[in-house]
Amino acid sequence: MRVPPALLAGAAGLALVLSACTTDTPDDGTAEGAGLTPDGEWFDQEEFDAQLAQREITPEGDPEQPWLQAIEPEWTDTGEFASDDPGEATVCFSNASVSNPWRVTGFITMEQQVEALQEEGRIGEFRVSDAADDDNQQISDIQAFVDAGDCDAIIVSPSTTATLTPAVETACESGVPVIVFDRGVNTDCMVTFIHPIGGYAYGADAAEFLVDELEPGSTVLALRILPGVDVLEHRWAAAQTIFDDSELEVLGFEFTGGDGAQIKDLVSQHLQRGSVDGIWMDAGDGAVAGLEAFEDAGQPYPVIAGEDELSFLRKWDEEDITAIAPVYSNFQWRTPVLAASMILAGEEVPSEWILPQEPIREDELPDYLERNADMPSLHYAKFGGEDLPGFPEAWTDR
Amino acid sequence: MTAPVSPTPSSPPPAPGADTRRRPLRALSALPRGGTATVALILLLIFVVIATQNPSFFEGPPLMGFGKKAAPLVILAVGQYLVIVSGEFDLSVGSLVGAQVVVAARLIDGDEAMTWPVLALMVAFGLLVGLVNGLVTTLLRVPSIITTLGTMLILFGAVRFWTGGAPTGALSEAFRVPGRNGIENVPFLHQIPWALLIAAAVVVAGVLVMRSPYGRTLMATGDNDTAAAFSGVRVWSVRTLAFMASSLLATLAAVLIGGYAGVTAQVGQGLEFTAITAVVLGGVVLGGGRGTVLAAALGALTVEALFTLFNQLYLPSTIQPAAQGLIIIAAVAYASRRGGLRLPGRPQRRPDHPTGHTLGSSRR
Repeated sequence: MRVPPALLAGAAGLALVLSACTTDTPDDGTAEGAGLTPDGEWFDQEEFDAQLAQREITPEGDPEQPWLQAIEPEWTDTGEFASDDPGEATVCFSNASVSNPWRVTGFITMEQQVEALQEEGRIGEFRVSDAADDDNQQISDIQAFVDAGDCDAIIVSPSTTATLTPAVETACESGVPVIVFDRGVNTDCMVTFIHPIGGYAYGADAAEFLVDELEPGSTVLALRILPGVDVLEHRWAAAQTIFDDSELEVLGFEFTGGDGAQIKDLVSQHLQRGSVDGIWMDAGDGAVAGLEAFEDAGQPYPVIAGEDELSFLRKWDEEDITAIAPVYSNFQWRTPVLAASMILAGEEVPSEWILPQEPIREDELPDYLERNADMPSLHYAKFGGEDLPGFPEAWTDR
Repeated sequence: MTAPVSPTPSSPPPAPGADTRRRPLRALSALPRGGTATVALILLLIFVVIATQNPSFFEGPPLMGFGKKAAPLVILAVGQYLVIVSGEFDLSVGSLVGAQVVVAARLIDGDEAMTWPVLALMVAFGLLVGLVNGLVTTLLRVPSIITTLGTMLILFGAVRFWTGGAPTGALSEAFRVPGRNGIENVPFLHQIPWALLIAAAVVVAGVLVMRSPYGRTLMATGDNDTAAAFSGVRVWSVRTLAFMASSLLATLAAVLIGGYAGVTAQVGQGLEFTAITAVVLGGVVLGGGRGTVLAAALGALTVEALFTLFNQLYLPSTIQPAAQGLIIIAAVAYASRRGGLRLPGRPQRRPDHPTGHTLGSSRR
């Protein structure tokens, strides 16, 4: 009885070796996951072109208050929702989650904005439900707001697009104004949909920077968090499109789960196998861990596209790295409550409220570091809450 | 594995004429016997495949890098081994690692002077978590899989609540030294990571503990706690100590993991299952009473090597959980099959479990 398992194990081992050999065929770049043709499911050429163009358009409104600016807005009348006494109106917010530092930063900003509006008597009670990234929970949260019947406006930050669409439609049918922000839903029943330019613009800002800064033939490693999330997929699709037109060699992409240890390990392994000249990331979480892999391997820093997270900005400044921080405007968390107060006052709002989305470049770095000097390292530089009453304690003492 | 091993004094004299052809077979035949030899062979096999993919892997620095990355898992596997061998599970270690790193980052907040006080606090917190796990399991008789699942969720939720969902603060440089630095300027190896030395020390300590009277009692408890109780073992205290050791080692792993890569929101996630995979792969039978520390540690290296290999084959890292699941099921199925075949082979296993002289020597 002892021999068969031994043979089995031997055969398994052999299979491993053989399979390893077959993948080892030279320079079959696409087989190694470095394909540069975006997945059709996540790539919409028209939307890609539109977003890239929107980056060049000067938004309407005061540049000092980017959260109130809008790119090519189509104003919609909200007179039917005007409240006699906005100071008594209840605003309800169904949040997808506060499960990452970006959402935590944004939610603090939102709470501070609510406080300011309440003091001015522009909105009344503010109710929040947090779905902890659970679609079903969020559907029932929204239903609960509708059933309670005492919300005068409902704000939704959807957890996923398709699943939350019917819930948002239900909220619209109840007759109160609905405001959707961050991720979208497949309906236009809401009064306004607030979002920065989008994932294609983000991915393109990062990829274009690498193409500009690196010599032709340089190698680029892409670090992605998770597959299947639309905003992240759009960023990668845009990068693929731009890298495809360039002379850069994309080594491949790795899913990291945003975990620093994973990122450091993956980057270290790539460095063992050859040089990495540039790093593209679909979100900046763990960018510093990636840079540390270069330090520990004794190699020069790569050209890197991170995000406006402070740990990365500080590292960028200290080590004088060639970098860019693409931004998924965190200040967008202020806009929905401001929109609610405008709607309750019967003022016009843009039906699709596209907020500006400007990356932080080297020349603006000192300015953003100074503004956020007291902020913790997992805070986002473009949070846009400097003029709110709780600044800075609300963000520093989390 | 390929070089024929010269007969050791303990091995039986080879039958005349059969020696040259049977030597390689002997190595292979160790495979199904399970335990340390099996997992060592699997590890060797994976290393060979890695070498075909990336010949520079064995050039020193990459190997040390691998050791640095694998060290926390080895430490967690030793802790998990102590609990599993006593017949229980500890699912709380991943959350505990996450909690410890996040708490440390928040309390230290980049201030070097806080390093030692916070380390002391972490040790105390780790021991407390282990004590609670152990007492709830043994005295309240809650199955450990439920107890530690509860602890896992409590820690996860409490940390989220405390930090508002995302970690804040920063670790000090001194805190990061064990996980990130090492003895520099070593010829050929370039750097010997502290993490590797710490993990080696933990494994040695684990082996010594398992040879001590406590280790024997722990093993006996896992094998049959009723019998152990009848022979005078205080089962509850033996198991509680195992849980405390596991939590303490998870704390040590947290120091190394935090040191390795700093603070991110995801730190520690899923580590409990990786640690269990490692122990199971090392042939420690779930349910307790069997297996060696060394096999558990080799299991950890094997899991880590397998992930490295996946990466070198450009397999998406998202298949790691699926691979872990397969390993757990396959290893347990294999072990139980082996268990069924164990009886006829028992006389051959005897030397692994010497009763007479080693017992005496441990009492010294």
